[in-house]
Amino acid sequence: MNTPVITFRNVTKNYTLYHGLTGGFKNFLFRLPKAIKQIRDSKYCVLKEISFEVNSGETVGIIGRNGAGKSTLLGLMAGVLSPSSGTVEVKGKVAPLLELGGGFHPDLTGIDNIILNGVLLGLSRKEVAHKISAIIKFADLGGYITQPIRTYSSGMLARLGFSVAAHLEPEIILLDEVLAVGDADFQKKCMNKILEFKQSGVTIVFISHSMDSVREICDRAIWIEDHRVKMTGDAVTVTKAYQSCN
Amino acid sequence: MKNQPKSSHYLDLIIVLFLKEMKVRYKSTSLGYLWSILHPLSFAFVFFIAFKVVMRIQMEHYTLFLITGLFPWQWFANSVSTAPMTFLGNASIIKKVNFPRNILPFAAVLQDMAHFLFSLPVIVVFMLFYGKSPGLSWLYGIPLLLAIQFLITYGMALIVSSVNLFFRDLERLTGIALTLLFYFTPVVYAESMVPEKYRSLIYLNPLASLMINWRNLLLNGALDPRHLTVSIVYGLVIFGLGSAVYKKLSWKFGEVI
Repeated sequence: MNTPVITFRNVTKNYTLYHGLTGGFKNFLFRLPKAIKQIRDSKYCVLKEISFEVNSGETVGIIGRNGAGKSTLLGLMAGVLSPSSGTVEVKGKVAPLLELGGGFHPDLTGIDNIILNGVLLGLSRKEVAHKISAIIKFADLGGYITQPIRTYSSGMLARLGFSVAAHLEPEIILLDEVLAVGDADFQKKCMNKILEFKQSGVTIVFISHSMDSVREICDRAIWIEDHRVKMTGDAVTVTKAYQSCN
Repeated sequence: MKNQPKSSHYLDLIIVLFLKEMKVRYKSTSLGYLWSILHPLSFAFVFFIAFKVVMRIQMEHYTLFLITGLFPWQWFANSVSTAPMTFLGNASIIKKVNFPRNILPFAAVLQDMAHFLFSLPVIVVFMLFYGKSPGLSWLYGIPLLLAIQFLITYGMALIVSSVNLFFRDLERLTGIALTLLFYFTPVVYAESMVPEKYRSLIYLNPLASLMINWRNLLLNGALDPRHLTVSIVYGLVIFGLGSAVYKKLSWKFGEVI
């Protein structure tokens, strides 16, 4: 069980600050020399030479203040961001649960969105067709499932999003504060599903500000501060150190 | 990036996104189909008033002439003018999931192509009204021109949608450029009406040869081999350029969006 499935080696992630650019062509052309210089120089460093491994079957919590780079870390794992230097290796099928309810279209019904999201997340249409009744049952949205999701509350969206992701049969799950929305009942259901995943040997990376959740779910925790890994170790020790520091 | 999906998954993605676009378009309105032909038809009406009634252009069947140019043009214009929003409008998916992003403009252009195909019967109705009928050459001509126009349109859409993430005012520029291009393309006038000394300039317009052949095919059942060659070259070049731009920029999509 100790083969690493996620490996970060000296990963640095810089963001270029794009005010010169997203300001548009007009700004760019009128301030050309300055704009080019700006693109070259204005780097904002989020992660600096970070290295760590997550082993297969492990549940790892990532903690740190707002803006510490936790979501960037997940973005790198999900493959939507590329590191500026260093290497990120991820082995296995990843189910990202970042910013829940994101990849949905407001005018489509819950069912249509399940199909859309399932295929975007890597299932084939056939597989989605197989699982759709289980997903609908898990989401438990009643008649709303045939309504356009613009009529949904944010909690309902989270239910739908989690339900799709929970049925992907992933090998690695990336969770970003998903448990913050949804009512107590559904939170419990999510937690059970996560624990169920954990028991079946799925690797889970969990970002949270709730130290209680981290302690409850995670074996290990990684504390990110000042662009670096400040501390790693078993979840209880790290969360306690973090809490005493804040 | 790693974990590139299999080709069968590409197909599934295209199908699902295509159906999504269709559903979104037709769901909110029962007049969906009518809307998609009403747009070019109302354009045709405006140009008919301006050029035939007011400026008395010398041409028979000017209405038919107009729609055989306007319908394919509308496909191109719709795809390119909505391209700036293809990635921006899907920001949440792009930030969240690693999937081949060029599928998004691909499905969007495919959808506009479908609408163009749905509008062909309208052209046939007008032809029958003027005593003409579709020719057998449509059977190979239409797929051929569809493929060429798809290459040009998808290539352009890739460029516009990718670059717009970095220069957000490209959307406005696209609108202006499309209007200019429209009047430089023989859509509301025939290429034979262009003064002789400027006529060779038509070849500089990547859309001109294609549009000339659409009209040629729909009205006369013929394809001009010279224009055909030019438009195929433009198709390959623009598609190649679009793919290169996309390839160069796509890894940054996740952070700039």
